[in-house]
Amino acid sequence: MAAIEIKNLWKEYGQDVVLERLNAKVEEGEFVTVVGASGCGKTTFLKMMLGTESPTRGQLLLDGKPIPDEPDETRGIVFQRYSVLPHLTAVENVMLAGELESSRWLGRVFGGKRRALREQAEEMLASVGLDQALGKYPHELSGGMQQRLALAQALIKKPRILLLDEPFGALDPGIRRDMHELVLDLWRKQDLTVFMITHDLAEGFFLGTRMWVFDKERLDPQTPGSYGARITYDLPVGNSDKGTLQSITQSVDSTARVLGA
Amino acid sequence: MKKLINRQAGPVGRWALGLLPFVILAVLYLVASDARLDANPNDKLLPSLSSFSDAIERMAFEPSKRSGEYTLLVDTLASLQRLGIGVAISALIGLVVGIATGSLPLFRAGISPLVTGMSLVPPLAILPILFIIFGLGELAKVMLIIIGITPFLIRDLQQRAEEIPTEQIIKMQTLGANTWQIITRLVWPQIMPRLLSSVRLSLGSAWLFLIAAEAIAATEGLGYRIFLVRRYLAMDVILPYVAWITFLAFALDFALKRYSQWRYPWFHGAQ
Ligand SMILES: Nc1ncnc2c1ncn2[C@@H]1O[C@H](COP(=O)(O)OP(=O)(O)OP(=O)(O)O)[C@@H](O)[C@H]1O
Ligand SMILES: [Mg+2]
Repeated sequence: MAAIEIKNLWKEYGQDVVLERLNAKVEEGEFVTVVGASGCGKTTFLKMMLGTESPTRGQLLLDGKPIPDEPDETRGIVFQRYSVLPHLTAVENVMLAGELESSRWLGRVFGGKRRALREQAEEMLASVGLDQALGKYPHELSGGMQQRLALAQALIKKPRILLLDEPFGALDPGIRRDMHELVLDLWRKQDLTVFMITHDLAEGFFLGTRMWVFDKERLDPQTPGSYGARITYDLPVGNSDKGTLQSITQSVDSTARVLGA
Repeated sequence: MKKLINRQAGPVGRWALGLLPFVILAVLYLVASDARLDANPNDKLLPSLSSFSDAIERMAFEPSKRSGEYTLLVDTLASLQRLGIGVAISALIGLVVGIATGSLPLFRAGISPLVTGMSLVPPLAILPILFIIFGLGELAKVMLIIIGITPFLIRDLQQRAEEIPTEQIIKMQTLGANTWQIITRLVWPQIMPRLLSSVRLSLGSAWLFLIAAEAIAATEGLGYRIFLVRRYLAMDVILPYVAWITFLAFALDFALKRYSQWRYPWFHGAQ
């Protein structure tokens, strides 16, 4: 059975159709990159996966059951920003998940248990290259380091599904490439199912196992809200040629122009 | 020469510019006081420096003839105790209710209208009611401070709690937190420095309510003393008392600010 099954999924806000007739199956361990024009509903899709928005029609199944309609530990997330807690140091941010789990009331642990959690957290931070920043607060870290920290914090919880909403959108291209390497590396080691939204089409082409393009098949320039976006391309990563990239780019660009107008 | 809008004072210049108005005011006062005392040596409105120092000596450094206590000390302790209890209780209520209404929509729906309504009642207008209910003792004065500043604190802290990015609340849930843990490990620690700054803002009103209550019914206290000696037009006591209250207010504010910077570096660093 597929880990995630999307069956005829619709999302509408009042009159505006954002997503329509989405159908897909995602297996455990896949890495899906999601690309598409700004405003076409990528974040909305991720919110439905997360449980903070619910579908207006259709079903979104996790292991055959409707996905819980509030966030929980099965689905980890890294946002573009505000993902880490500003009042905790880097190592405290990463220890948090363990503390919350072992102490339902206090949310804090002490003594030997704390040392064990700290050790794990330090290991995790080392694996994202933050071993020099253990005691620093997020505001003392650069944007890239904050996102690494957010990754470490989400991954130590070992979520079934990791959702990434343009986590590196605000970073320099060079650093972004490093971060992609890091994510791919962690994904291979941890056996996660990943959904990652990115703005950069070419990037999506080379990351992970599968790329989805969200785009509006039908587009009414006067009322762009009357039709929703669908998954117009569902490509295995690695065996795509230049022509496909070009035609996707063209189609996404023209949608972007209408949505941006 | 640079445009005026771009000109900054250097470190020395800043001090000099800051002190200048004080010096001017002091000189103006001395000149005016001298002129009036020349015309009438018994004038009480603008006492001379020597009568100030006499009054300060009498109030602060000599035991009172009637009770054998140092008047200024007794007044200060009484007032600070009322202020401290009143502000501490208000802060506690503000913290608990503000967090509850700011982070739990169901609480907000139930309580916010009441708090908004209460905050519109002018506290001084219900001072007589407080004296009737709680008598003329300490309780009524503390209650006035509490009633005066708690609605503001609740509303301010509720707003601060609502401002915590939803991303972080979602994040906590994906890390496995339940509602209680979200409150104790996310909302509460993030609200604490904001509580301190709200308290700093509300201290001005707290002093106002304290002095008003002491003026009407008290047997000691800074506000009580000022209103007592007013009957004898004792400006030589009133003005030093006002300066002393101002200094206390400044010191409290400064201490809270420093404490916040020391205790919550992440809050002040990120701003
Ligand atoms: N709460 C909401 N109420 C009404 N409309 C909404 C709401 N949230 C999103 N939308 C609309 O849904 C559409 C899709 O938004 P979404 O944020 O999913 O786009 P996106 O693909 O993530 O864009 P970007 O690449 O810019 O992040 C937009 O037109 C937006 O205006
Ligand atoms: Mg988005």
